[in-house]
Order: sequence, then C-alpha cells, then structure tokens
Amino acid sequence: METFIHQVVAGIATGGVYASLALALVMIYQSTHHINFAQGEIAMFATYLAWTLINAGVPYWVAFFGTILLAFALGVLIQRIIIRPVEKAPVLNVVVVFIGLLVILNSLAGWIFTYTIKSFPSPFPKEPPFGLSFISSHELGSIGVTLVLLVMLYSFFRFTPLGLAMRAAAQNPDSSRLVGIRVGWMLALGWGLAAVLGSIAGMMIAPIVFLEPNMMSGVLLYAFAAALVGGIDSPGGAVLGGFLVGILENLLGAYVIGTELKLSVALVLIVTVLTIRPAGLFGKVIVTRV
Amino acid sequence: MTSTQSPDASGAKLPWLRISVIVAVACALPFFLSNYHVFQASMVLSTAIALVGLNILTGYSGQISLGHGAFLAIGAYTTAILMDKFDVPYWATIPVAGLVCLIAGFLFGLPALKLEGHYLALATFALAVALPQLLKFRYLEPWTGGVQGIVIMKPDPPMASFLGLTLNSDRWLYFVALLVTAIMYLVAWNLLRGRIGRALIAIRDQPTAAALMGIDTSLYKSLAFGVSALFTGVAGSLSAILVAFVAPDSFTVFLSITLMVGMVVGGLTSLPGALYGATFVQFVPNLADQISKAAPWAIYGALLIILMVVLPTGISGGLNLLWSKVARKSGASI
Repeated sequence: METFIHQVVAGIATGGVYASLALALVMIYQSTHHINFAQGEIAMFATYLAWTLINAGVPYWVAFFGTILLAFALGVLIQRIIIRPVEKAPVLNVVVVFIGLLVILNSLAGWIFTYTIKSFPSPFPKEPPFGLSFISSHELGSIGVTLVLLVMLYSFFRFTPLGLAMRAAAQNPDSSRLVGIRVGWMLALGWGLAAVLGSIAGMMIAPIVFLEPNMMSGVLLYAFAAALVGGIDSPGGAVLGGFLVGILENLLGAYVIGTELKLSVALVLIVTVLTIRPAGLFGKVIVTRV
Repeated sequence: MTSTQSPDASGAKLPWLRISVIVAVACALPFFLSNYHVFQASMVLSTAIALVGLNILTGYSGQISLGHGAFLAIGAYTTAILMDKFDVPYWATIPVAGLVCLIAGFLFGLPALKLEGHYLALATFALAVALPQLLKFRYLEPWTGGVQGIVIMKPDPPMASFLGLTLNSDRWLYFVALLVTAIMYLVAWNLLRGRIGRALIAIRDQPTAAALMGIDTSLYKSLAFGVSALFTGVAGSLSAILVAFVAPDSFTVFLSITLMVGMVVGGLTSLPGALYGATFVQFVPNLADQISKAAPWAIYGALLIILMVVLPTGISGGLNLLWSKVARKSGASI
C-alpha cells in the first residue's frame, strides 16, 4: 500500500510539471491557435540559464526569479523577431518555423553548455516533509508550485485589466484593435508568460531528470498528451490532464507494463481520448457554421 | 491550406520532352559520380517517394502528419525481416512493404479520421515517438533484433557490366531506386489528376460541400492515409535496401519531422517539389555542418526559418513564380 501511495504521489509530482508545460501550450494555443513545438526547448534553455546563475553563486530563489524574468524576455523576443513575420502564414509553415526554433535552441544549448549531463539543485530540503515516507519534499514542493501558478494565472486572466485585454485579443483581434488594445503586444506578452511557465516547469523537472539539452523531449510529449486529454483550449483541463497523465504513467509503469513501453502508453492514451472525445475531456466542441 | 491547384497535377498531358531529358540525365548520372555520391543520390530518390506520400496526405487531403517516420520504419523493417528471416529477394519485398504500410496506414487513419489539424498532428507525432520503443520491445526482439537492428545483404548487380558500362552494387541500386521512383511518380500523377485527386482537394478545401456533392469523405480521407503510408512504406523498404541496415534509432521522431520539413520546403501539392525537398533534406544538414562545426543544427534551423519567411510556398512555389515572371517578360518583349 505504501508503495502504491508513493507511486500516486510521485505521479502527481511529475504530473504537476506536465501540467505547467501543458498550461504553457494552452496559453499559446489560446492566443494564436498554434501549438508551440519549441515550448520544451524554451523551457530547457531557461533551465540552463538558471543553472548558470546558480553556478555563478547566486542564491537559489534569486536565480529562480531572475530566470523567470529572463525567460519572459526570451519569449517576447522570440515572438517579436521570429514568429511575427509568419503570423499570417499557413499552419504548416508556422510548424516548420517552430521546428526551426526547436533545433536552434537545442543546438545552441549543446554548444554553449555542452552535452554532458548536469545535476540541478532542488530548492526544497532533502529529508521528507513532516516525517512522511511516501513523499519527498521536492515532490510536495513542485505540486505546490504548480497549484500556486494555476491560481496566479487564473486570477491574472480573470481579475486584471491586462488579462482581460489578452483574452480579448485572442478571441477577437479585430474588435480588440478597435477598442485600443495593442494586439501584437498582447501576443508577445502571451509568449512571454508561456516561456515563464515553461521555465518553471524546467526548473522543477531538472532535479529529477537531470539537465541536458534533450531533457524535455519526453516531457513535452506528456505535456501534449495532458493538454489534449484535458482539452487544448481549457487551462483547468490541461492541469487536470497533466496530473492524470502523470499518475497513469507512474502506475502503469510500476504495475502493468514496465518502463520500456511508457511512451507507447502515452500514444494509446492520446489516440483513445481523441477517438472518444475529439475535443478533449474539457475542451469546447467547435461547431462551424457553413 | 493553399487553395491553388498546381499545374502538374491538373494538366492532362505529360511534358514528354522535359521528362525524357530528365530521364537521360538521371540515367547518366551514376557513371560520373563516386560511389558515395551515387548512394546519396539514391537516398534522395527514396526520400522523394516518401515526400510524395506525405504530400498526398498533407498537401492534397489537408491532413497534417508528424508521424510518417513510423511508416518509413514499418516499410524498412518489413523488408529487413523478409530478407533476413525468409530469404525473400530484395525486389520482391518492396511491394510487400508497400502493402503492409497501406493496411497499417488505413487502420491508423480510421480513428485519426475524427481528428483535425493540430489534433491529428499530435496523434501522429505520438506514433512517431512510440514506434522506436515498440521496435526495441523485448517480445518483438526475435523479429526486430532489438536495439541491434538487422543487418541485411547489399544486393549485387545481376550483371557486371551493361553496354560496356561497369555496374557495381551502388550503381545498380541507384537504377533500382530510379525505376521505383519513376513508377511511384507515375502512380501518384495518375492518382492525383483524376477523380480521386479532385475528391481529395475538394475535401481539403470545402469538406461540407464535398460531402454534399456525394464524396464519401471518411472513405477518401482514410484512403489518403493508406495510400500515403504505402508510398512511405515503399520509400522505407528502398532505404533499408540501400543502407543494408535497419535499427530502431534511425527512426526517431526527428526523421518524421525531417520529412515534414522536406515537404514544406519543397512545396506543398507539388510532385517535383518532393524532389527539391528530398535534396534539401539530404544535403543541407551537411552544408550546415560545413558552415559551423559547433552548432550545425542552429544553422539548419535558421535556414529553415529564413526559407519560410522568404519562400512561403516552398522551393517549387518560388521556382513557379520565377518561371512565370520570366515567361511574362519574354512574352512582353515579343
């Protein structure tokens, strides 16, 4: 029973990371209707920035918030310089641009920081919290971080004028422009926020999977699965999907099929959910008028 | 999706003169190149077949796939297993690989039918990610050889020389690849210029109107998936014969992404575009490597982004534009 609980809790912890990245995917999807394939690499790159800061002797939390700022700037810059010229292009062209971005970031990280695996510190204490044996402090901490993020994002979009402006720009760019919202900058802001979410996900997962340029490829697939299971246009669904995927992955890996087919499980999960509910569990079913 | 129809698919006549020149050049090519370059040229041909397949799915029927590397793998493994375990001659494995992929593609296409755009892209992406793991799966190992893969014999040419020109294994395989490519191009051209091609384009551009006109959209969509997988499977089989080796790690997600990149760079809904795209995929990574040893993929990525900004319709679209400009200028001067 103890191991079972531990598997579930560990699933929730990694699920929290998938949830943060899924949330980033949903954010960009909501504001631009593109799925950002480079999201994982942006997160990876930001984590390297955090590693550099920490290695330079900066205290962890200063580095943490410093990285968030840098990630925000990175996201905004990428949107302004690379994504804006192809904003109106067909979907496939945008996908190719994302892929270009993915290989650029991956290659740059390998070049600047080398491909050797690095360990990344956890901000949480080593010993388990409150004497509990089935959860580590890092797991509890990253679950907490995910929940805080979710509440902050929700409040930002629900209660602030800027959040409202961003939602408006995503939903109806033309009318928003007419009421004076700077739609282009709202999109850049969305990219910045998504990069921030990614960087936090990266800093939370790096102590578990270790830091290397390809650390995000598996995580990104699970985040895709999470976002789709929950519904690509539903932030709450994405978070729930993330936890669901995390728990399922751990339980199936531990009890049913072993670790070697973990990714195939994600495939089966994606295809099954999409076959039964093409819009995801919480997604809106889009009805088009002809 | 673009709604323009490319002339090569709708034009009723083949430009025979241009084709005979291309065939003549293609036949003479291997006698002027080193063996390694001949091998590279054969790989370009095999990739071009896969890109034609992907184009049938994405360009003509408007379904995005990021998982065609999986069908390439299925084709390659079919050939390798047939040659290794059952001693089937290499040429006979090519149609079998195509058939296996047709069935696999059709079956995958059935549930994927419900998905559109990004959702389909993600489902196929997951397929591409999962397949290498499946190939390494220990219960399949007696067949697939696990991580080690399968080494197959590189076939020898049936004769040492032909009309006084010496043939070696690479040159012979180049001609095999050339023949297969020609056949597949002819099949694709015939398929796309007629009823089926029109039905696919109609479904892509106006799904509702197409269904109203009596086109069985779900049948055509999964058929497009199947046929596209068939082409890719043939390409996979061919590449397995050319490389004489298959292993799970040659069929990573990155391969699927490369295929998609090749298709978009070459140009959507363009059969010649598949050749340009395949050439890009084969040679540009090496070129990037020569520019910067330290971060070659950064150069590659930058090239991709620049290309998408400068030539949004791909190389074939750019060439068409250039051609029509030249034609208009010369027309005006007369």
